[in-house]
Amino acid sequence: MPEPASTFGAGIDSIYYIILWITGAIFVLVETALIVFIIRYRHREGRVAAYSHGNKKAEIVWTVIPFILVLFIVYASNDIWLEVKRADQGGAAPADALPLRVVAKQFEWNVTYPGPDGELDTADDFVKRNQLHVPIGRAVRIDLGSEDVIHSFFLPDFRVKQDAVPGMTIPVWFEATRTGEFPLACAELCGLGHYRMRASLTVHEAADFDLWQSQEIAASGSPTGASEIDTERANEAEISEGEESA
Amino acid sequence: MNFSLRQILALVVVSGISIATACGGGGEPTDDGADGDAPAAAGPVVSPDSAAMITGTVSFEGTAPAAEPIDMSEEPTCAEKHPDGAMRQLVMVAGGGLANVYVYVKSGLGDRSFPTPSAPVTLDQDGCEYMPHVLAIQVGQSLEIKNSDGILHNINTQPTVNRGFNISQPVVMETSREFSQPEVMIPVKCDVHGWMEAFIGVQAHPYAGVSGADGSFSLADLPPGEYEIEAWHELYGTQSQTVTVGVKETAEVSFTFSSDMAGNHVPLGEPLVLR
Amino acid sequence: MSTTQLLAPNVTAQHWADPSHPDDRPFIRRYIFSTDHKTIGNQFMFMSLFFLLVGGALAMMIRWQLGWPGQPMPGGGVLPETMAPGGILLPEFYNSLVTMHGTFMIFFAIMPLLVGMFGNWLIPLHVGASDMAFPRLNMMSFWSAVPAGFIMLASFVVEGGAAGAGWTAYPPLSAVPEYSGVSTGQQLWCVSLIILGFSSLMGAVNYITTIVNMRAPGMTWMRMPLPIWSLFITAILILLAIPILAGAAIMLLFDQTIGTTFFLPEAGGQPLLWQHLFWYFGHPEVYILILPAMGVASEVIANGSRKPIFGYPAMVGAIVAIAFLGWIVWGHHMFQSGMNPLLGSSFMLSTMIIAVPSAIKVFNWLGTIWRGDIHFHTPMLNALAFVGMFVIGGLSGVFMASTPVDIYIHDTYFIVAHLHYVLFGGSLFAIFAGIYFWFPKFFGRMLSPTLGKIHFALTFVFYNLVFFPMHNLGLGGMMRRIYDPNQYGFLEPLQPMNTFVSVFALALGVSQLVFFFNILWSLWRGEKAPENPWRSNSLEWSLASPPPHGNFEAMPAVYRGPYEYSYPGRGEDFWLQGEPPDGGAVHAPTGGAPVGEGVPQ
Repeated sequence: MPEPASTFGAGIDSIYYIILWITGAIFVLVETALIVFIIRYRHREGRVAAYSHGNKKAEIVWTVIPFILVLFIVYASNDIWLEVKRADQGGAAPADALPLRVVAKQFEWNVTYPGPDGELDTADDFVKRNQLHVPIGRAVRIDLGSEDVIHSFFLPDFRVKQDAVPGMTIPVWFEATRTGEFPLACAELCGLGHYRMRASLTVHEAADFDLWQSQEIAASGSPTGASEIDTERANEAEISEGEESA
Repeated sequence: MNFSLRQILALVVVSGISIATACGGGGEPTDDGADGDAPAAAGPVVSPDSAAMITGTVSFEGTAPAAEPIDMSEEPTCAEKHPDGAMRQLVMVAGGGLANVYVYVKSGLGDRSFPTPSAPVTLDQDGCEYMPHVLAIQVGQSLEIKNSDGILHNINTQPTVNRGFNISQPVVMETSREFSQPEVMIPVKCDVHGWMEAFIGVQAHPYAGVSGADGSFSLADLPPGEYEIEAWHELYGTQSQTVTVGVKETAEVSFTFSSDMAGNHVPLGEPLVLR
Repeated sequence: MSTTQLLAPNVTAQHWADPSHPDDRPFIRRYIFSTDHKTIGNQFMFMSLFFLLVGGALAMMIRWQLGWPGQPMPGGGVLPETMAPGGILLPEFYNSLVTMHGTFMIFFAIMPLLVGMFGNWLIPLHVGASDMAFPRLNMMSFWSAVPAGFIMLASFVVEGGAAGAGWTAYPPLSAVPEYSGVSTGQQLWCVSLIILGFSSLMGAVNYITTIVNMRAPGMTWMRMPLPIWSLFITAILILLAIPILAGAAIMLLFDQTIGTTFFLPEAGGQPLLWQHLFWYFGHPEVYILILPAMGVASEVIANGSRKPIFGYPAMVGAIVAIAFLGWIVWGHHMFQSGMNPLLGSSFMLSTMIIAVPSAIKVFNWLGTIWRGDIHFHTPMLNALAFVGMFVIGGLSGVFMASTPVDIYIHDTYFIVAHLHYVLFGGSLFAIFAGIYFWFPKFFGRMLSPTLGKIHFALTFVFYNLVFFPMHNLGLGGMMRRIYDPNQYGFLEPLQPMNTFVSVFALALGVSQLVFFFNILWSLWRGEKAPENPWRSNSLEWSLASPPPHGNFEAMPAVYRGPYEYSYPGRGEDFWLQGEPPDGGAVHAPTGGAPVGEGVPQ
């Protein structure tokens, strides 16, 4: 697994290692017993198998021990799970989080940035295709949606994975702990271009993020970020839709 | 051991029957269409003695919208092919002429039929752009789709009359397809690279073309007669004119598009749904 | 409990084998449209092995693409241009490959082998009946599975190709042709599974009725061989789960064809509804695919160890517990689907608890071989491999049951590794064990032990070299169902491992030919099988190989449990269930399950 780059990444990894140690120990124990028994009790002239239908005490022991172990794993996992999903807070991201919107479609990720005012659905929003930029040390809230089929928003380094389901807006949050460029992948089969539905996530220092944002707004020419032609077409589509419904 | 031998034989026979039935029932051979409507070789072929010609230019008035930069940083292979940065320019104007206008004979040919050209038309994907952006093809003519980039492109055609296709080309390769019905225009897009777009015009006859960089076009080897000529541009919609040409005559036709027409483009229909 | 209460009225009307009359059924009634459960079992074997080959061939193509991405596949030039122009597999065809590999292996290979083949072979013989309760329904069950399979196969040659939305067929991808590029193929997928569903239901009704009503006198519930217990519980699971799949598939078919929007959000449908329905069927299905394997492995392990099964009541209890828990865990496939995270917590708890009955089974198998007298015949080798591999598959399941860990490994190759450890390492090794064990009984010839051991050794080694590294691929972050992982910088370093896996996958595929050759060769040239080659206990081993039409000459009587191996004081180390007690030699053993209590009335 790549080194975690999010606040909860280490917690998830710690559960992974706890389970690895527990299952690893059971694995070694059981497979060793299996091999030892196979060798020790292999057929030899004159060997007679013991006639036994079982041993209740032993069976109770190996029912209770796994039961305790799995309860422990469930308990430990659930803490992290609730932290990651913030399920006890209705899935809401931390209050100061940077709001972003990611809409998946075959086969691209369209990211809407809130612009300088820090709010989505305002005039200074802008859209980037396949490029997710976030500042370090600040929680990011992503409203995840999909236009067509089910995709899955997978940030391996951040231990983030969430399906994007058409018709639903699903909140995702994380807080980056390292700067750099990381992959964003689609993890749910979404059609012929599934294997190439990739994007990049760039984590900036806070000041660099603001700089990048102002550069983007300047480069796109118009504050809305949408191109003239696209706007024209969109308007027209709206008009024709309006006509149809009227 | 008769028991098993006969049993296997029986099973094989019955399986064979099942395969045959299953294939017969559900399996139509893959076919890209183009049957039935392919022009028959018979019919009046234009004799060189009488062939007429229509030439002309498409000109442009007003200000063309500014080109927009395309961010290809996610595809280094393509970005390298655009050292000065990739631009999106739908209105190509040079010396007053407007390029990428599809000009074709809309009516006047009667029920003549024309042979299908054996030479293919090529649609290349190079530098994450379609080359050409607008192309003319005849019913049944082979469309050679080429991937010169070596990265995944998918060719998603969205016709309203023809059967559409959505195929992929993961490596440098060529695929051929054809269309069975005349249609103006079939949009083509690549879902991997959202900026890629092309248009294909299909006619049952060879009298269609795309205006060149200077806006010029020519429709050669026409039988003499009266024709309705239509010009199509993706942003500025269509215009048509009627023109008459006599034996071995050449007629001039001019179209003018202007920036005021933006938004006049003929909305393309809902894609044909394969259900 | 008086044994006479077990007798249903129809038991007396069974048509027992009559040695004085030759079997005069015409050829077609005997071998093709036969109502004899043994013939139907054999038919299921041939059909499923054929589809096992098909599924295996698809897997080879998948591995070719992952091992050598974008390289023309040797011999791939024969495929049409819509699949592999010049031998280069196209991404859309690759999606069909993964979809159809899963579909064929699960629905047309593993499931009919375990349920169709073992169920038909074993149930009437093990409970002491002349045939199934509804022999014609049984025949119809097989003959509806065959067209279902060929409809599925035919979808490769229709326009647009075979279904390409994964074996789980998540809508909207599976429901809207423009999204997947597949129209007819996806519809045929639904149609085929609906027909197969009816086939499974007919089988399940038969199994349940036969086991409940047609047990011979003395065959009490707690004297049933474990394969029968597992098939009984499996049949109940099928009866309850398959209608859900069929219903969901019909809804999906309507979405595809007549414009309903059950699963499409445009008109208020809900894509997650499909996932809930599919996995509400799908998780019990997982146990349909492993419980009979556990039963078969138990039978073979007790026989190979020459020892009674350790803790028979606990083994039965574990089967029932797994089956019951299997109904309340479907949500663990959907932790990352957008379902309420609090539901994730409860599904995690129920899922983890399944580890307990699974652990009981593993420890009881270990208890069975402990202090045994282990004979390494081919069935036993495969059954031991089953235990070893099932442990790995079970333990890796704990990782994905843990919701936070699942965030990372969901939809990666870790899942692929896990499911293959359970379905190949578990189910398929048990299937091999069972085929090596019962083939002599149903075909009258032994399978070659030499070829069997070669096949076992190659399979075991290659299998682990293929599937164990997949855990690492998954931990490296490699997603499932991707055509070319090298498109991601972080997956490029995994390419050597992918190539390694592919090389041994091809070797694994080729070594299965040994098995198929063994079967074909032994059908004609195998050594003639005696009545009881494995010195085993259950009722079928007192009959000729193969048993005559009608099985027993008269109603058999059952005097003891199925695992009375190495009973102290007997000359032989086995004791047939139907052998009357020999008077004074019987003395009650200390502890354990009840043995014969005398001649049943």
